[in-house]
Amino acid sequence: MPVITKPDGTRLWMRRTTAGDLATWFGWLLGVALTVVCFQFISEQTIWAFVWDAPRQAADLLNRSVPPRWDYANELWKPMWDTINIATLGTLLAILIAAPTAFLAAHNTTPSRALVRPIALFIIVASRSVNSLIWALILVIILGPGMLAGILAIGLRSIGFIGKLLYEAIEEIDPTQVEAVRATGASGAQVLGWGIVPQIAPAFAGITVFRWDINIREATVLGLVGAGGIGLQLQASIGRLQWEQVSMILLLIFATVIVSEWVSARVRHAII
Amino acid sequence: MTTATLSFDARAAARAWRPPPLIESVWLRYAVYLAALLYLVVGLGSIEVNWTRAAEGIERGARFLAAFFPPDFVSQWYDIQEGILESLTMTVVSTVFGVILSVPFAFGAARNIAPLPIYLFCRSVIAISRTFQEVLIAILFVAMFGFGPLAGMITLAFATIGFLGKLLAEDIEDIDSSQAEAVRATGASWFQLLAWGIQPQVLPRFIGLTAYRFDINFRESAVLGLVGAGGIGDTLNSSLDRYEFGTSAAVLLIIIAIVLACEYASGWIRRAVQ
Repeated sequence: MPVITKPDGTRLWMRRTTAGDLATWFGWLLGVALTVVCFQFISEQTIWAFVWDAPRQAADLLNRSVPPRWDYANELWKPMWDTINIATLGTLLAILIAAPTAFLAAHNTTPSRALVRPIALFIIVASRSVNSLIWALILVIILGPGMLAGILAIGLRSIGFIGKLLYEAIEEIDPTQVEAVRATGASGAQVLGWGIVPQIAPAFAGITVFRWDINIREATVLGLVGAGGIGLQLQASIGRLQWEQVSMILLLIFATVIVSEWVSARVRHAII
Repeated sequence: MTTATLSFDARAAARAWRPPPLIESVWLRYAVYLAALLYLVVGLGSIEVNWTRAAEGIERGARFLAAFFPPDFVSQWYDIQEGILESLTMTVVSTVFGVILSVPFAFGAARNIAPLPIYLFCRSVIAISRTFQEVLIAILFVAMFGFGPLAGMITLAFATIGFLGKLLAEDIEDIDSSQAEAVRATGASWFQLLAWGIQPQVLPRFIGLTAYRFDINFRESAVLGLVGAGGIGDTLNSSLDRYEFGTSAAVLLIIIAIVLACEYASGWIRRAVQ
């Protein structure tokens, strides 16, 4: 703790040294300056007349979207079912690829630290750093519009998520249990099945259900780029400025996401 | 040792220990398996694939992959630069505003310090913000504020409120109440309680979450351009529309590089404060 001794001999406790004070102050100054500069850049790209008009626009939007067109819901059950399918099948696809990748990436189970581990880590990083909507955009160009592109997009994005959390879970297992199984003369596959898998199974189930919950959210917007699901209806309704249909869709999405979050929370509580 | 002992003994195998099944009741276990199988059949059956279209796409896919060797940074450099600057500025400003706004919401959403009406109001704002994907919110804000990065910035700030508000509120609910009690016992006012009893307990996690959210905000800013809310997604989308795959590849590589840099930096900050 820095202490200043005043001329009259009393000692004054300070939180930081003078240099520390200056550094903190400059840090804040820099942060504020950066924010202001960034805001100015955004401001230059903005037509402020539209922004001042926003309250009126918002009121207009609200006016046109209330009440929601309830009977439109009948046309939405199928797209909503598609959306849930995209999320679920995409998650399953991701599990199929992510589980082996995680074992290859964890330093205690990988067959080769020099060769296989970097490749597995690269797969995980590449998958994680591209948003599922961007994956969908690319896949729609290659596969054409439809659910398949959506499922693959969700799957490709989830590999990295599940893979990363799973390999971290594998690296944190208790090695003594693995050693005990190995000491009985178990083969490599038996060590995996009896020593490692039971230890990570709860984490694995939790991670998977958590990602499924996120994927339901993500799947609702994939239709905007043509990758199937309820986003297609949303895109069409916005294009025709039918806001009372948009509000119906948003209500349905809200209900679905709340339910999926509840299911995921229940399952995770039951497991962990 | 005789060969008889080595041969397979069915009775011994039946008595051998097996791990207990996950679901105790037999019929429920098979009902779950059957339901899962049924769902898989129905779900996979609902995918309609246009195979001729997919076959045509292979050539396009090959061209797209080929465009990565080498990616074309030069010909649309102006657009790329503009998009990245928009994304980065959106990220910075939205994180700052979002964090500042999320603090009161977090205090309001913590049951141990907020009265019930405020608690319910803050929780519902957080629930709405968390339920809708950023892109959906961006559509509404674009309709209100017009095209451009301002709509994207407001979207991300709103999403930040939901994310930080919820996690911070949970952290505040989990604080050591004896410390807050001790501060309260000195006769501290409500604001003094926040500043001396609660803030020091949640600050490290708050900084960590802020760094994490900065990282997420950049990732999301890369796709908001698809609905006209500015940023690099706009550049990516238009290059894909024009079949300029070389530019798309360049944009993707830049996004990945910045995401990795953000992730590394945010991980470093989180390790440093926790």
